[in-house]
Amino acid sequence: MKVLKALLSLFISIGVTVALNQPWGSVPALGRLLSPFEGFWQNAETVGQSSEQKISVKGAREEVTILFDDLHVPHIFAKNDFDAYFAQGYATARDRLWQMEFQTHAAAGRISELIGDRAVELDRYNRRLGMAYGAEKSLEGMSNDPVSKSVLDAYTAGINAYIDQLKPADYPIEYKLLGYAPEPWTPIKVAFLLKQMTQTLAAGADDLMMTNVRQQLGPALTANLFPDYPFKEDPIIPVGTRWDFTPVKLPAPPPNIETDSSVVLNWQPHDPGIGSNNWAVGPEKTAMGYPILANDPHLTLSLPSIWYQVQLVTPTMNVYGVSLPGAPGVIIGFNKDVAWGVTNVGADVLDFYKIRFRDNRRQEYWHDGKWKPVRRRIETIRVKGKPAVVDTILYTHHGPVVYLPEDKPFRNNIPTGYAARWIAHEVDNGIKTFYLLNRAKTYDDYVTALSYYVAPAQNFVFANAAKDIAISPNGRFPLKWRDQGKFLLDGTKAANDWQGWIPAAQNPRVKNPPRGFVSSANQSSTDPTYPYYINWEFETTDRGMRINQRLTEMQNVTVDSLRHLQNDVYNHQASKFLPVLLPYIQEKDLSDPQKQALKTVRQWNYQQDTASVAGTIFVDWISRLEDGIWADDFPDDANRPLRYPNTDRTLQLVTEEPTSRWFDNVQTPNRQETIQEVVTNSFRATVDSLVKQHGPLGKTWAWADHKGTSVRHLIPGLDAFSALNVQIGGGRGIVNAAGRRAGPSWRMIVQTGPNVRAYGVFPGGQSGNPGSPYYLNMLETWRKGDLYELLYLKSVTEKSPRIQSTLQLTR
Amino acid sequence: MLPFLLIVLLSAVAQLFLPWWSIALVAFGVCFWRSKTGWLAFSAGFLGIAVVWLVYAFLIHVQTDGILTGRMAELFFKTKTPIFLLLITPLIGGFVGGFAGLAGRQVRAVFTAKPE
Repeated sequence: MKVLKALLSLFISIGVTVALNQPWGSVPALGRLLSPFEGFWQNAETVGQSSEQKISVKGAREEVTILFDDLHVPHIFAKNDFDAYFAQGYATARDRLWQMEFQTHAAAGRISELIGDRAVELDRYNRRLGMAYGAEKSLEGMSNDPVSKSVLDAYTAGINAYIDQLKPADYPIEYKLLGYAPEPWTPIKVAFLLKQMTQTLAAGADDLMMTNVRQQLGPALTANLFPDYPFKEDPIIPVGTRWDFTPVKLPAPPPNIETDSSVVLNWQPHDPGIGSNNWAVGPEKTAMGYPILANDPHLTLSLPSIWYQVQLVTPTMNVYGVSLPGAPGVIIGFNKDVAWGVTNVGADVLDFYKIRFRDNRRQEYWHDGKWKPVRRRIETIRVKGKPAVVDTILYTHHGPVVYLPEDKPFRNNIPTGYAARWIAHEVDNGIKTFYLLNRAKTYDDYVTALSYYVAPAQNFVFANAAKDIAISPNGRFPLKWRDQGKFLLDGTKAANDWQGWIPAAQNPRVKNPPRGFVSSANQSSTDPTYPYYINWEFETTDRGMRINQRLTEMQNVTVDSLRHLQNDVYNHQASKFLPVLLPYIQEKDLSDPQKQALKTVRQWNYQQDTASVAGTIFVDWISRLEDGIWADDFPDDANRPLRYPNTDRTLQLVTEEPTSRWFDNVQTPNRQETIQEVVTNSFRATVDSLVKQHGPLGKTWAWADHKGTSVRHLIPGLDAFSALNVQIGGGRGIVNAAGRRAGPSWRMIVQTGPNVRAYGVFPGGQSGNPGSPYYLNMLETWRKGDLYELLYLKSVTEKSPRIQSTLQLTR
Repeated sequence: MLPFLLIVLLSAVAQLFLPWWSIALVAFGVCFWRSKTGWLAFSAGFLGIAVVWLVYAFLIHVQTDGILTGRMAELFFKTKTPIFLLLITPLIGGFVGGFAGLAGRQVRAVFTAKPE
């Protein structure tokens, strides 16, 4: 009896303990998680604590001092370059370790290791895209350059010095919730992080949809509805800028460029919420007589924050700005002489080639009149709690065959597949660009730095205290015939291959233009006089035009007036559309609530602010109007995806072609619809749907509530660690581009001059720890459109009341 | 009373160096060494651990202005108030300690000479 009781109680005790020490499905190990000694409690950080710490770490060469200011920005003072990057790795890992590792896991197709087979398809997609292949190429490029290699090694050593001293109780909270542990950092993870950026910014493609469109409409109508240059445009390089180079010979298109699309490629198009603004105002237009530079990159608003501010000081460098957690150096920032920023170019650097295999063994493929060997790459996806999934990816000289016919239903006998030719597969030494920019003193240094850059192509804006301003859509651009890659390409013809590169020195660039400012907002890089082809379609020009209008008008520009411009919520698109659309509305067909809504829209001043009701109506209306015009001609078919002409073309249609056939609904053969009907019906549907959603017209229709901007934690559904329904105006196509899920991820303004002063903010905080007072502390400042002065220290001994704590790293 | 105090003291020290489940070893050991009845053993184990976890958790909560406690409370209980979190934490620890204490007492009983 006693023995039985003893055994039973032992069994219960051990059972309870073991059960609480392991996760159950998505429920984490509760005993471990709730233990105040080891669990989430240990991640809680004390507010406003100042401290002086001295830590001995393996790998530092000499003593490094890190001063943390009141926003928890590390100011790193090192005696040599190695230690500076070592300390950057250490400090970044201290604040962002989980994020750094998670993002690189995602890029590498390793999420299944963390959350199980739910993520296998996502991981497979990333691997099929050749992310690992591309990262290896990048690492090769960085390792071949002694400077980049040393930077990479130092940064890696710093991160590992931090990881090495962690006990499980110190792990960031996400590890505790998901139940895993950090692994050592390796240089290739830096490459993965940069590949992920390229994937975000330069992997959108609608080649398949365009091919289907061309099959349906024929080449002439396709060219008419999907033109290579917009109806309204104000390109980044001002019209009239002379090209001071002799272009290399352009490749000729093959005689027959028709292709078909025989497999379904559900490729995601570029997210229009992701874009950016930057500009630099020349000395003659500023109050102080020195250039001012501004930049706000728009990315998915996520937590931990995308950017991490840092100041790096060595005897030969003193740079401040934002870095990407997981990559060494400063990406957007300034030093005492220069400032720079970036926006996305949106070049067409991803093309699809239809591959014809010799037979079903797929050992050879046909290209340029020869059978060429297919290379095989094995990708092993490890899966938590399940056996690993092995995927064999076929590589041609174009790149990986992303889709094979058997992946989707397929009838044709000829074995085919589509290979992706993508800039991210190139050998790449992009961190060298930032290494050089961080140390740049002159315009020439900027030009040299840019020549190393590959992808994702960026509009690099520049200003310096020597009173120069400049901008350059820059990256490695494939040398193409016009429209090459607008549609799917036939992979058997050599003429369809990328034919080398646009020489780096001939990338579009302008220095000190007569108008006294330079700017970019993802619109067309140049006007059609530029001799090379970069892409046929760019982001809509609305933000760019608004910025240029304002900068043209502005005189005696200050940091504060540019801050207002960054927060401008004027809806430029509405200002173009509404004067055209409103006269077409047939008022007699409207109900009372619809009339009331019409009145609201008519009285609108185009300010897309938080309380705007007209703004809510307009945004919804435009999307219904586009459906009204195009949905019948480009019906939604999962097996044959099509796309609409862009909004700029729609504007041209309503403005210049009011009797066009496209207003007629082809699905109603007995009726001939007119522009009046399409405009009126889409307006009525908009109002009816908004009434259904929010009740009668009034405060509940306010734009900020309707839009619901949120800054979300990287783990989907983790609302408790997110900021929801942030009350901010603006949105897609507006200078203050705060959309539902994407928006200004960093705002910076730099006043150059003998004493550089800079200001910045991002929607989150320096710490990635939800238990830190620095996790979301900057959000409110960001929301209100204010900026913090960035503390630019000249030396380690400079006294500043903003310094809160000191961390010394010693050998 | 002595087992309770010992469990408080020893488990607090043990957890500074050992994994969280060391609380089970401590409660088991102390109750194996000395406890009168099963109920008392369970109580000593439960309270010993629960008190340590509650006090430490509460201290952390107060010292850190409840930033993380609020977020975790929202994650677990969809509420900003940390009350439930401050209750469930000692409860979980307490059960582990309590059952271990009981087991310590029952195993010891097997070896005691006195017949039932």
